[in-house]
Amino acid sequence: MTTTLPSVDQVWGWLAEVPDPEIPVISVTDLGIVREVFFEGDTLVVAVTPTYSGCPAMAVIDIDIQSHLATKGLHSVRLDRRLSPPWTTDWITEEAREKLRDYGIAPPIDGTAGTDVMAARAARMSGTSNLVVSCPRCGSAATEKVSQFGSTPCKAAYRCTDCLEPFDYFKCI
Amino acid sequence: MSSPSDMNTGDVVELAAKEAAQQDVPDHHVTDVALKPAFFDWLCRMGDTTLILGHRTSEWCGHGPALEEDIAQANIALDLIGHTQMWLGLAAEVEDEGRTADTLAYLRDAMKFRNLLLVELPKGDMAVTIMRQFLFDAWHHDYLGKLTGSSSPRVAEIAAKALKEVTYHLERSSDLVVRLGDGTDASRRRMQDALELLWPYTGEMFVSDEVDRAIAEAGIAPLVEDLHADWTETVTEILKEATLELPSGTAYAQKGGRTGRHTEHLGFVLAEMQFLQRAYPGASW
Repeated sequence: MTTTLPSVDQVWGWLAEVPDPEIPVISVTDLGIVREVFFEGDTLVVAVTPTYSGCPAMAVIDIDIQSHLATKGLHSVRLDRRLSPPWTTDWITEEAREKLRDYGIAPPIDGTAGTDVMAARAARMSGTSNLVVSCPRCGSAATEKVSQFGSTPCKAAYRCTDCLEPFDYFKCI
Repeated sequence: MSSPSDMNTGDVVELAAKEAAQQDVPDHHVTDVALKPAFFDWLCRMGDTTLILGHRTSEWCGHGPALEEDIAQANIALDLIGHTQMWLGLAAEVEDEGRTADTLAYLRDAMKFRNLLLVELPKGDMAVTIMRQFLFDAWHHDYLGKLTGSSSPRVAEIAAKALKEVTYHLERSSDLVVRLGDGTDASRRRMQDALELLWPYTGEMFVSDEVDRAIAEAGIAPLVEDLHADWTETVTEILKEATLELPSGTAYAQKGGRTGRHTEHLGFVLAEMQFLQRAYPGASW
């Protein structure tokens, strides 16, 4: 008996239905953590990269992917952990950024991940840093960082000084 | 030792085993028999240092002076434990005797630990915690940056991943050193005291031995002596901005952690960290 395997495109479509456990408005493909999907014989291989190395959601994400694909009839699935290249917030899709904003999380601003840490620090301490994080509620640019860490490792805590809304900013790495 | 990860549920163990079988980055160092003892030791030095600092940092969870600080400490601890899983996971793979990152963390005694002495010292007050984090981050950031060019692709990819997180660790700890040093009389005094306390433990970060030399010869990592000039420059600059005085006595360095000779503090850390797996072997939830 031969079984017909679904196309890789079809699998990507199914993966787009698996929500991130901590930010359920976006999917694992929106987040850009699914790096590759292919068949090895009858076994589907899904390569996933962690967002943060200690992210406790990774084990849950693996299980969510396996169980969702099982509902589509795919039972022979292997998850590969891929470290390289390391995940960057630049991989979050445009569509997902809008979903994040609607959900009350300011999306990451590309290209602002710290590389030269001491230069970035000097710019910030001297007040010349130009990182503007707009309030997801009222759109105002008058916001301030409360803490580099928010409700999850990937977010920083901000507040809007116009509408006074506290909010999370998806920080760049 | 045959037991797999004791802390995980069955399905997670199964996934981990599948992942371990699928390490598809070719790296001849991992199976190099002659290099094995040094490579294993060096990987334990990396992983044990992040593990013990991660544990010390996690001690603030629920005790932070402000909610934001509490969350920040817990998040940094989480990053460091994440790095530990990668370093000790690779160490176990190199050793190839059936151990895992979990059994290395939970079932070794103090003399088998290879962490820097600096990270096992008690967390002290917030000044000691922040000053230690800064002195370590400045070294860690530079070291990981160099390791991204390692001749071992496995080491390089772990370093590249960890570096992203350590970049914001350093940013945060250096900001706080400046804010607390150049702060009130009380905060400045505490930061200066913390610096005097920790300074003798910084020398160990820059002393190579035969393990480091074997690793350097294989092109896996630079000699730690080579990190000293840049570290000194960073630390001097930040401490100056923080209005703190660089301790004068640099001749004497406390060392031994990287070869398994520890302070009395490590045993207490392990007693707490390993208790569950020692008392209830194989326990999971």
